[in-house]
Parts: sequence; structure tokens; C-alpha cells
Amino acid sequence: MSMTQQAEPAVTSPPAPGPKDTDGRTAERPLALRLLARPEVGVFLGAVAVLVFFLITAPPVRDGGSMANILYQSSTIGIMALPVALLMIGGEFDLSSGVAVITSALTASMISYQLTMNVWVGVIVALIVSLAVGLFNGWMLVKTGLPSFLVTLGTFLILQGANLAITKLVTGNVATDDISTMDGFDQAKALFASSFDVGGVQVKITIVWWLVFAALATWVLLRTKYGNWIFAVGGNKESARAVGVPVTFTKISLFMLVGFGAWFVGMHQLFSFNTVQSGEGVGQELIYIAAAVIGGCLLTGGYGSAIGPVFGAFMFGMVQQGIVYAGWNPDWFKAFLGVMLLGATLINLWVRQTATRR
Amino acid sequence: MDRSSHSRSRRMAPLVALAAAAALTLAGCSSGSGGKKAEESAEGAAAGKANTPRMTVALVTHQSPGDTFWDIVRKGAEAAAAKDNVKLIYSADPSAGVQANLVQNAIDQKVDGIAVTLAKPDALKDVIAKAKAANIPVVGLNSGVSEWQKLGLMEFFGQDETVAGEALGKRLNEAGAKKAVCVIQEQGNIGLTQRCDGVEKTFSGTVETLNVNGTDMPSVKSTITAKLAEDKAIDYVVTLGAPFALTAAQAVSESGSGAKVATFDLNKDLTGAISKGSIEFAVDQQPYLQGYLAIDSLWLYKNNGNYMGGGEQPVLTGPAFVDKSNVDAVAGFAAKGTR
Repeated sequence: MSMTQQAEPAVTSPPAPGPKDTDGRTAERPLALRLLARPEVGVFLGAVAVLVFFLITAPPVRDGGSMANILYQSSTIGIMALPVALLMIGGEFDLSSGVAVITSALTASMISYQLTMNVWVGVIVALIVSLAVGLFNGWMLVKTGLPSFLVTLGTFLILQGANLAITKLVTGNVATDDISTMDGFDQAKALFASSFDVGGVQVKITIVWWLVFAALATWVLLRTKYGNWIFAVGGNKESARAVGVPVTFTKISLFMLVGFGAWFVGMHQLFSFNTVQSGEGVGQELIYIAAAVIGGCLLTGGYGSAIGPVFGAFMFGMVQQGIVYAGWNPDWFKAFLGVMLLGATLINLWVRQTATRR
Repeated sequence: MDRSSHSRSRRMAPLVALAAAAALTLAGCSSGSGGKKAEESAEGAAAGKANTPRMTVALVTHQSPGDTFWDIVRKGAEAAAAKDNVKLIYSADPSAGVQANLVQNAIDQKVDGIAVTLAKPDALKDVIAKAKAANIPVVGLNSGVSEWQKLGLMEFFGQDETVAGEALGKRLNEAGAKKAVCVIQEQGNIGLTQRCDGVEKTFSGTVETLNVNGTDMPSVKSTITAKLAEDKAIDYVVTLGAPFALTAAQAVSESGSGAKVATFDLNKDLTGAISKGSIEFAVDQQPYLQGYLAIDSLWLYKNNGNYMGGGEQPVLTGPAFVDKSNVDAVAGFAAKGTR
């Protein structure tokens, strides 16, 4: 939660009040408004509300181990939600991100196993494949001018079919073979899927990576030229191009960043479960997009932050696991999830409107 | 001409060198353990081939893409087809309406027999009647043990999900379990619900159900971990598919809970887990047999007029238990992806 400190306003601060304002509140209000106008404040409040709610209704959540579990679930969504959010700020979105995770895991697993190579060979090849998928998405988008919905819907279907067909062709089964006894597996597991002890609680390494990537993404968005480019191409592509922003490069690289995220999460799945089911991942892309939108990124682009999706993913993980910790009737699970997410999004919207109304 | 080809070859030189270097590096990276090289090259259950006239059979299931279970059913069907000189047309779709269309498609192709799963019997009623009107024999497999006769199917091969659940419940009683959680990976699937209901019927302790998102393994793991933390009294986790059992075993060992894991269905990694002891036992419905018998029965009917099960009773392929005592015998077949 200490991540809030690193967040900077992603929108320009409102102009300072004129010296003639003397009704006594003006010194305070701009600061509060400035805070509230941040894209991540709504989701921060929503996440706190959900957390407090479950801390009260579900006693097991108060345990450190449970919190580590909730954060783990959040991190596997959150690591992908970050590049998906950056892409969304850049004005595009990617429907292939869910199955791309599985594509990456399948590639690494099959390359290592079938060629009996050190697993790192598979890991590197999978990275190349994932980046290539991103490159293809971005290149198609830029070359054809089609909306990203269509381009990535195509990629989504292609990957979904290819995952299944190629796995079946290569292994003769629909799941990959167990690679846990192969050379390099333990090193790779240490990097992608290990856990460490914090005061008697087993914490998954993905949580650390998640926060590191979030800090990195925040820095890139707010402190680098590339970050400005992302906001610019998402806000208005033509004006961005007119003032010299490399639109093509920015869009393609954002898609490749999603590819990188898919690779990372894919490697986590491979090294924590040893095998991969080729039919998985369908539907996850919407969860990543939802986490980004709940996190304050606009579907239309040009607005958002990297820290918002962190809370968005946390909220998703919290609600999903909180319902189980609370021991509620499991038949209602999806309905609870929908209601709580909608509620959180409304808080988000309300906060943003209150903040921008003067 | 000469110049350009020369310059091209010069431009290619670094690329060739790079490729060669990459190949050399890769050669140094081979794994000393595991992998394809360690896998024994084993032959499938191939027998001779019948010299009966070539016939065409359609197998239409409600498989969702990439499910290990259905892959085994299909392998059984393919083995029977190869042996019986049958051309097998396999098609599948989890949505009932599309499955009905696929059966219609088979009728239009004038196949010699249809094998179909009855996950949603009502949706298939009309199209099965059409097949009968066209004099195409239809057999059922896997799901629909209580419906197949009503729909006028010739024979049925499968397991009664409720009976399988009841058998597992009894087994839990023998193991002295007090509280079990039944993990459903696809909310609203009738067969899966019947399994949990069957367990509840015979198990003397209490059963709770837990819905998980089957397409997202990390989430399955977190949710099971959460359930074990929420209710410390749980001493058995019952999963309804092999991949979920392996994930449940991980969740149990990492959460430090003393719970044990039992599951429906089998795959090759699961046999390893049973012999290691991280999973107690599996209820196998022998999917290979379901696919194999469905095709073989249509061949027998066409060539010798036989009915398996006498046309009155279903042919049950399960529940067969796999535990530590018999896992070694099963493991070899499971490794080939046929059991």
C-alpha cells in the first residue's frame, strides 16, 4: 500500500487560486481537489472500502497468510493489467492478452521438453514469440488503420486455435508435459514462481514483481518522454503526430509491452504448475481490461495512471477471495463479484465527478 | 547482377554467423534430465485391422476446447476406428444448440452411425429423432445415463455421475473424513453438480461446494487456499477434474493444511501424484473405453447386429478407483495419454 506515495498526479494541477479569494477555504480546497482529481483516488477509496468490508465480515481475512493469498491472486491479474492500462492510455486495447499468456507458457514448455533443452532456452524463445505477437498486433493496427478491437479479436481467435492445435500436434495431448525435472527449472522457478518468508507468512514473488513493475510504469508515465508520448497518442493521435510524437513507434511498442507482460505471467504459470493446459486463458483479457478501467483508465484513451490498475487488480483479487473467506453461498459468487465491482466503479466515477466539479 | 548477388552474400554473412553461433549456444543448453529424450517411446494399443467394408461414423461431443478428458475419449474412438476400418468424423461444441447442428451435419453426410454425448438431452431430442428417421443407428456416451432410453438411443457407454459421487462418498467414510469441500470448475454444469450431490448423499460428514474459475489456474489455487483458511475443519478436498486435483494438492501443501485430496478423472501427472502420496485416490470413468466402445458397438451392430448392454441396460465404464495399490499398473497407460 506504500505505493501511493510514489504516485504523482497524472493530470495537470488546477491553476492556483487568485490572491483576491478570501473566503477562507480556498487554501485547503485546491489541495483536496488536486488529490481527488488523480485518476487513482477513486479506485483507492473503493479498494479501501472493499478491504474494510471484508475485514469486518470475513474474520479469516485478518490473518497475514490470507492477505498474502489475496495479494497473490491480485498480482497475477495486476502484472498484466499494467501494460494493458498503458496500452489503454495510449488509446488502444488488446483482446488477445488472455490467451497470449498461455501461448507464451506453451511455447516455453514445448521448446524445452521436445528438444530436451535447458528450460531457459524455452523461456527466451517464449519471450521472442510473445514480443512478436505484440509486434504483429501493433503493426497490423498501424498499417491497416483498423480498430484495435478487430485486429486483436483476430489475434485472440488465431492464438486460441493455435494453442490447441499446435499443442496437440507436438505433444499428442492437449496439455504439455511436466518439465519440473529438467535443467534450469529450479532457477527459473526461483525467478518467476518462488515464495519467501515474511514473519512466518509465505509471500509469493509475483507480488514483488507486480509492485516493481508498477513503480517502473509510474516512473515511465510521469517522468519520461515516452510517458508523454503515451498520453499524447491516446489523447489525440493527429495532434500528437503534428507535434512530432512517433505515433507508430509508441503504439507498436505498447502492444509489445503487453506481449512482455503475457510472457512474464505465462512463465509464472508454467513454473508454478509445471504443465500448461492449452485451453486456458480465455476470458482473462476482460479481467485485465476491467482492472485497468476500475483503476481509472478511460476506455477512450489519454487518461489514466499506472498505480490505479494496481488498486483495480487488488480490488478484483480481494472481492474474488473475500467471498470465499466470508463463506458465502458459492452459487452467488459471480453475482456478488459483479455487484461489488459495479459499486466500486460507481464510487470511482462519483469521486472523479465531485473532484472536477468546482 | 553479379555485384548485387555479391553484396547480398556479404550482407548475409553476419546473419549466417549469428545463426551458427545461436545453434552452437543452443546445443550447449540441452537438458541433462527429463524432457522428450527421457520419455519412453511407447506404442499405442494397436491391433490388426478388420477387413469389413469401410464405414463412416460421426462422434459428436460437448467438449470444450483443450480439455484433457475429451482428448482421451477421442483417442479411444480413433483406436477403435483404426481397428474396425471406420472413417471417424469428430466434432464438438459445448453449446447445446451448436452440438445439435453438428449432429444434423452428420445426418446430412449420410454417415453409417452416430455416437453422441447427451449433456443437454432436450436440445438433442429432435435431431436424434431425425437420425432415427434416416435409419442411422445412434449410441450415447459419457453423459445422459438416465435419458438415453427415452430418446431412443440403441446403447449407452458411460458412468452414472451420481453413482460415481456416491462411491466416492463411501470411500471418504472409510478414510474417516469429517468435512469435505467439493470444487466445481464450471459453475452450472449438471454432471459436475451431480457428482457433488452424489458425494453428499453417501458421505456421513458435511460437504460444502466451492466454485472456481477453471480457465485461470492461479485463481483456482488462490480460491482453494482461501477456502482452507476460511474453514480449518476441512480434511478432504474433492476436485472434479485431474488438472484441478494437482493444483489443489499444491494449495494444500502450501497452506500447511492437513487436508487430503481426492479427485474424479485421471491423467498422467495425476498418477505420479498418487504414487507420491500427494493425492489419495482418483475415481476413473475410463474415458478411453467410452470412446472406444461407442465406435466399436456401431461397427458390431452394422456387421453382426449385436447390442451391447442388450439394448436395455447402459454399459458402465466407471467408477473405477485408482489409488496407491494399483496406480503402478495404470501409470504406464496414463503416460501415453490413453487412460
